[in-house]
Amino acid sequence: MADYERSLPGSERDFSRRKTVLQFLHIDAYLLIPLLALVAGGLVVLYSASNEHVDTVMRQVRNFVIGFIVMLAAAQIGIETYRRWAVVFYAMGLMLLVAVPFFGVGAKGAQRWLDLSVIRFQPSEIMKLAMPLMIAWWFSRYTIPPRPLPLIGSLLLVALPAGLIVIQPDLGTSLLVAASGLFVIFMAGISWLYIGGAVALFVASAWPAWLFLLKDYQKQRILTLLDPESDKLGAGWNIIQSKTAIGSGGWNGKGWLEGTQSHLDFLPESQTDFIIAVLAEEFGLQGVLALLGVYLLLVLRGFWIGLHAQSAFGRLLAGAITLTFFVYIFVNMGMVAGILPVVGVPLPLISFGGTSVVTLMLGFGVLMAISTERRIIVQ
Amino acid sequence: MLGERDSLRDTGRESSINTGRVLLAGLLVTALMVGLVARYYSLQITNYEQFLTESDRNRVRLEPIPPTRGLIMDRKGRLLATNKPSHRLSIVIERADDIDRLLDRLGELIVIELEDLARFESRRHRRRPYEPVPLKLQLTDTEQAIIAVNRHDLPGVTIEAQLTRYYPHGDLLSHVVGYVGRINEREAARIDAANYSGTLHIGKVGLERRYEAILHGQVGYQNVEANAHGRVLRVLDKQPPKDGAILRLHLDLDLQRAAYDALGEQRGAVVAMDPRTGGVLALVSNPGFDSNLFVNGISSRDYAALRDSPDTPLLNRAVQGQYPPGSTVKPMLGLAGLKLGLVTPESTVPDPGWYRIPGDSRRYRDWILRIRGTGHAPEVDLKMAIAESCDVYYYDLARRMGIDRLAQSLKPYGFGEKTGIDITSEKAGILPNREWKRGYLGQPWYPGETLSAGIGQGYMLATPVQLAQATMVLANRGTSRVPSLVRRIDNQPVGFLLRKPLTASEKDWSAVIAGMMDVVHSRRGTARAIGKGASYTIAGKTGTSQVIGIAQDAVYDEDAIAERHRNHGLFVAFAPVDDPEIVVAVLAENGGGSSAAYPVARKVMDAWFGGIADG
Repeated sequence: MADYERSLPGSERDFSRRKTVLQFLHIDAYLLIPLLALVAGGLVVLYSASNEHVDTVMRQVRNFVIGFIVMLAAAQIGIETYRRWAVVFYAMGLMLLVAVPFFGVGAKGAQRWLDLSVIRFQPSEIMKLAMPLMIAWWFSRYTIPPRPLPLIGSLLLVALPAGLIVIQPDLGTSLLVAASGLFVIFMAGISWLYIGGAVALFVASAWPAWLFLLKDYQKQRILTLLDPESDKLGAGWNIIQSKTAIGSGGWNGKGWLEGTQSHLDFLPESQTDFIIAVLAEEFGLQGVLALLGVYLLLVLRGFWIGLHAQSAFGRLLAGAITLTFFVYIFVNMGMVAGILPVVGVPLPLISFGGTSVVTLMLGFGVLMAISTERRIIVQ
Repeated sequence: MLGERDSLRDTGRESSINTGRVLLAGLLVTALMVGLVARYYSLQITNYEQFLTESDRNRVRLEPIPPTRGLIMDRKGRLLATNKPSHRLSIVIERADDIDRLLDRLGELIVIELEDLARFESRRHRRRPYEPVPLKLQLTDTEQAIIAVNRHDLPGVTIEAQLTRYYPHGDLLSHVVGYVGRINEREAARIDAANYSGTLHIGKVGLERRYEAILHGQVGYQNVEANAHGRVLRVLDKQPPKDGAILRLHLDLDLQRAAYDALGEQRGAVVAMDPRTGGVLALVSNPGFDSNLFVNGISSRDYAALRDSPDTPLLNRAVQGQYPPGSTVKPMLGLAGLKLGLVTPESTVPDPGWYRIPGDSRRYRDWILRIRGTGHAPEVDLKMAIAESCDVYYYDLARRMGIDRLAQSLKPYGFGEKTGIDITSEKAGILPNREWKRGYLGQPWYPGETLSAGIGQGYMLATPVQLAQATMVLANRGTSRVPSLVRRIDNQPVGFLLRKPLTASEKDWSAVIAGMMDVVHSRRGTARAIGKGASYTIAGKTGTSQVIGIAQDAVYDEDAIAERHRNHGLFVAFAPVDDPEIVVAVLAENGGGSSAAYPVARKVMDAWFGGIADG
């Protein structure tokens, strides 16, 4: 309790100065402003990446509108409600994942989609939020740091959906979903001994995994990462072209709508996973730093919310959501820049795509709910 | 249960653990962010130049602009080789919905050869979908109209115009101008790939090949911006090509046609030269062929017809055909005899119609023996020996001269070596002597062979252009020039090449030339038939070259010998005698005798003096 009391006076002054609609709507301005900046910047980049296709930009605007509504709605829900419904949410996600192999729709050699006639979506996306909710709920029932038995339980809860997603097959998403659960375990303060052991185990299992687990196209991606020149026109093409796009941007960039790599179709997936290359090419390192700055604001605010959350559940959840958000950024920007293998991860709030926008905004809604919880209690 | 556990929690400890972990996470995030920034810094700042170059290389493509091939004109500026727009039917694959159906439909409208289809199929897979793939070259006007009318029903079909080499006088000049054709693999290995990067055709034979470098020109370039699919979006900058130069020939189209018409059906060759310059005024090899057939790839059927024809139309008889020069060498040997002091204009040789080497029983017959049963006259002098082409006189002269001196005396006329005429595939002929025979046949020289050489038979071979060159030396009284076809390159005159002159006294020249004049203008000259009604003086010499050896004392019956075994008729001449303007050499292949040749020369000269020369 002592922590909160100490932080109380400063916080109260904040509230008193800004007694606004935002507070009434449970909206955190420190998240909202960077988010709006990202959305605006993202649309500008998307306009260029889509070859000035207004229709694409309008569809993304629609995605953002839906995303903000979802965020707003999520922010209104009390944190205790999330805690109570975590299990149901998780169970639903799990069931849908089980359903995918039987009712799923294929695309590019993998079955990842469920077609519910009204809406087509990937159940794995649900898991991106359901997973940290579930693990946070799990640990909220035990002491922290967790004892071995609850820890094993949590690992099983992580492994189950991750395993289901791997067999779709979608290794990238599976790792990200697993990461969102593992971040909760990390935030819960497990011993360094366990972390070290896990890392050792991971390294040790790399070779058998390469031999027996990874599919050819996954191996190809890793090999291509190590030496893109080995397959210039095939798998290496994307990476060579994206690195060229980024590098040729220099410090100043070629200027908006002037990126040759994207406008002349050399850059693949320029509207979605590789959109950072368009930004880097047209706005240069300045643009990249500005983007990273905005991301950093969001991440720092996420951690701040985690630090000041009232309940253990809120603290764990906020930390995990924030870390997961950062991992998306890191994995996407790392893969486009050729330091990570190519996995299907969009750049948060910049890449074109509804599912990703909605899932991320839902996460920010939950973060706002957590931050609001504290304030209500304080008041 | 749950509530109980909650109540046991140590919230203070939990909170401090959380703070620690959040700080740790913050550190982790910072470290990874720094890593990302380092990576982007490395790409965008450290390696900026390299990636900028890469991206420019991606988008900017250097495209060649082929130069327009130089024209070839005759002395009066009439086009002998030109470039004409031709239309070809191409298909843009990405715009056609169903290729097979489209090809069927086209086949109903116009004639599409199987060869066209095969070529289309093989090209189709090498082109990008937006690039037109040629299906049929050189559409006729009718075909163009048919396609235009049915355009709406033929999605993907385009008609492209481009410049194609065209020879307005295909048959007439096929052996002079030659032709261009598609660059083949051997040529591709030889040429400067950069300069030919936009060029499809290359000179294969004739002037087209000899002056390839000049006619082709220098390629130009343009930098174009293209997208990842290779489609050109805009031109960034351009360096125009330097077009090929125009070749202006000495050759006169009218004289060429006159020579061609004069030969008619007769296989053979005509070479006309201006002795004052060495410029070739006409160069005909009959039969010719249509040069245009080769430009865009001759069909195998057409090619087989040309290759397998017994008339060998692909052989350029004027420079590649090698024939015994026969009696055409007699004036030259006569001059040699005068110079060596073996004969004088007044000295005579008895002529019974045959000759026998002292100590040898074999009789060497004179051609006249078969006709008159006797010799030309009891005693024959040089002038008569030339005018009537007396073999006995020359048997005697040759025997006394010996083969080595004989060969040596013919060398200044250019026999046995290429004239150096500016055309491809020239042959050198043979000027035999002891050494040559030992080298080539590994045999000693026999005295009888010297007699044969004395009348231009035996091993000696010469091309019509060599005969023209030799005759030019006589016409010029010693001055020898390299025959040349090209007079100007882009209005820059081409210099005349002089050969080492032949020196002899005026008296000797006059004696020989008087004999040659008698060939045409005396009562018993062998070509007296063409002396009648000539408004100018002609000096000439007839010749007959044997195709097969006639057995000793066998009766020579022309009719019994297959046409292909008939003798070749030869005639060389220049006119006017006092101030020669034109030299003509005529070969009538299997013409039977010189009577097949000299009328041709007269017609050519008549044409020349009848107005062409002044035009």
